[in-house]
Amino acid sequence: MRPPITALAVVGLVAVGSACTSNESASADGSLAVTSTDDACDVSRAEAPSGNVVFEVTNGGTQVTEFYLLADDGLRIIGEVENIGPGITRNLVVQASPGQYFAACKPGMTGDGLRSEFTVTDSGIDVGDSDVAGLLTTATDQYRLYVRDQIAQLVEKTDTFASMYLAGDDDGARALYADARTHWERVEPVAESFGDLDPRLDLREADLEAVQEWTGWHAIEKDLWPPADGYAPFTETQRADLAGRLTADTAELSTRVQDLTFDATQLGNGAKELLDEVATGKVTGEEEIWSHTDLWDFQANVDGARIAFEALQPALETKDADLATTLTSRFAALQTLLDGHRDGDGFVLYTDLTEAQIKELAASVNALSEPLAELTAAVVL
Amino acid sequence: MSVSRRGFLGFLGAGAAGAATLPLVGCGSDASAGASDDIVPFFGAHQAGIVTPAQDRLHFATFDITTTARDDLVELLRRWTAAAADMTAGRDIGDYGAMDGPLLAPPEDTGEAYGLRPARLTITFGFGPGLFVDADGNDRFGLAAKRPAALQPLPHFSGDQLQEARSGGDLCVQACSDDPQVAVHAVRNLARIGFGTVAMRWSQLGFGRTSSTSDTQATPRNLFGFKDGTNNIKAEQGDLVDRFVWVAPDDDRAGAWLAGGSYLVARRVNMHIETWDRTSLQEQEVVIGRDKKAGAPLSCGGEFTAPDFAVAGSGGEPIIAEGAHLRVAHPEQNDGVHILRRGYNFADGSNGLGNLDAGLFFLAYTRDPVANFVPLQTRLARSDLLNEYIVHTGSALFAVPPGVGEGGYIGETLFEG
Repeated sequence: MRPPITALAVVGLVAVGSACTSNESASADGSLAVTSTDDACDVSRAEAPSGNVVFEVTNGGTQVTEFYLLADDGLRIIGEVENIGPGITRNLVVQASPGQYFAACKPGMTGDGLRSEFTVTDSGIDVGDSDVAGLLTTATDQYRLYVRDQIAQLVEKTDTFASMYLAGDDDGARALYADARTHWERVEPVAESFGDLDPRLDLREADLEAVQEWTGWHAIEKDLWPPADGYAPFTETQRADLAGRLTADTAELSTRVQDLTFDATQLGNGAKELLDEVATGKVTGEEEIWSHTDLWDFQANVDGARIAFEALQPALETKDADLATTLTSRFAALQTLLDGHRDGDGFVLYTDLTEAQIKELAASVNALSEPLAELTAAVVL
Repeated sequence: MSVSRRGFLGFLGAGAAGAATLPLVGCGSDASAGASDDIVPFFGAHQAGIVTPAQDRLHFATFDITTTARDDLVELLRRWTAAAADMTAGRDIGDYGAMDGPLLAPPEDTGEAYGLRPARLTITFGFGPGLFVDADGNDRFGLAAKRPAALQPLPHFSGDQLQEARSGGDLCVQACSDDPQVAVHAVRNLARIGFGTVAMRWSQLGFGRTSSTSDTQATPRNLFGFKDGTNNIKAEQGDLVDRFVWVAPDDDRAGAWLAGGSYLVARRVNMHIETWDRTSLQEQEVVIGRDKKAGAPLSCGGEFTAPDFAVAGSGGEPIIAEGAHLRVAHPEQNDGVHILRRGYNFADGSNGLGNLDAGLFFLAYTRDPVANFVPLQTRLARSDLLNEYIVHTGSALFAVPPGVGEGGYIGETLFEG
């Protein structure tokens, strides 16, 4: 992991599409210009053909504003763009079916907003299944349960691992290390969203500041796989302290995830972030520099990304079946490569891989990551 | 000093192809050379290449001193000064230049800049901590007592993955020009002069400036695709330059020789551009704190509108996120500290993973690295959202002596003082 940075994807990115422009009027490509001031919400046209509808929202007022496209009940949000500062322009892109809607600006981000009726006419373009919302709800529910299950297994194995380490059963601890961490790595973006727990549990030595206490998995990793020269093993007191904090912080993590809920954006972005972790930490061998068990983490990150994708897959099938097919085959290709490096219940060490094998893995990660980055927009738009 | 490339071109017409094969036509000093707007004067109170409007290309190199003789070092600095004065004026180096020496001797000037304009070439020299004391603390050249207190190796910052082969150095040379071949020619010829006295430690090419150092320049973009350096110190901001760039005579008693100079921080910042490119536009903008197209702070306005960090967005969260690069790096959040940045984009081929080895070569001039740069970088390393997408792989710090007048040599206030 990287130093304490709150993973954005888990902290509520809600706006759907955004792009900023300097104050240019709506272009000839059919997009609509919206000017939001403190007391008016001017939409350049009151109707648009069905399909992709682009609103170029310019804040001409003095307060931060938001723009919504609401269903005809005035409640259900079809699309929204938030956080438009004065003078800023942002785009909202929605896929709209024929029907009646409301366009609404919300200067000051309070109240019901300044609303006007908006009509989407039938262009003949199929904008997909209207049951997508239901499919996404199912997806996020599934994923919430997956996260809780993984954290529960993490707690159990961490407790066992800490006991072994404390008791001086180093062989046992070494054997369990990578397996226990698998559950952390599968849901890493969720764990990283807690900016205080993440560095306490998963900081790497290079991430430390000049004077900073080092706790968590990797401090113990170094003690279990010590460098040949110049390393002073931890005393029993230090071991007790590290083991105690590891189990306490993991228990705290478990408590906090019980109340977490997710939206589809977080699932899609979380999958992308897990592959980012593989690309910048695991395929480079930087995560487990003492144990060299990077391929366990690699597999776990891929597992977590695949679970998020599979949860979203039914919705994706209705919105972009080609992307679903591509992702399915790219996940399979990467898994085939990883399976080639299995050894017993686990994997070969990172240091046993040849340069050519590492490059082959990296290429497969890129091949999957690029289309995976399209997942969020594809299901949410 | 010999051949004037500029005089040569004046005769042939700029850009004449095949110039190098023609007989020599113009020799001797060219009194009008300084009048050209693509020549930056080498001599002056401050070294050029600091507040000079940033050129488009860079070749930067650092050197280890291999000699143990102080006189050799002084002689090298004299020769480097003379060569730099020639090259920045658009002349070949040496008595005979690139093309007109004895047939049985290698040419004094390597020749690849022959026929090229200097394209605003500046050559800026700096002294690393190792010039004063070696790794064991030994006084190498009788200069230890003149080592400024701030000239210490930088501390380890969170996330640093520094490579020995891209870090440190006893001396440095920054060559900037709008023509990459002219910049490379400068470093190459200075390295050649140095063989036997110094050995090159590492060097870095940069294309595409990532900051503006003058109001006359548009803000360029870095490899993340964002405008970079909007808030940089500009040459026109004389008060800020005096306050944050130039060392004053009474800043450091041991380092009084550095008055009129500055400190240079060099950091090679690799970008994980592949993962960045897969990041949604919205998240990219949240990470930077500006919109991508215009460069406006997310709080309001246009590129040069001052950010308002207090503005709340949805859910009461600040519209410019707590960890946004704009916020963490902004003077308002760092006790008013400004840094003059002069960095360049780089792409050094690809790495073993099939990704580009690319990023930003950060160069910054500061009056006091300990008071200004270290706290800022500590903060950035701790909480900048950009850290997900960057890793620092090289680092070095240099004291940049003041400029010299004609007849003087770079470093004379240190060696003669």
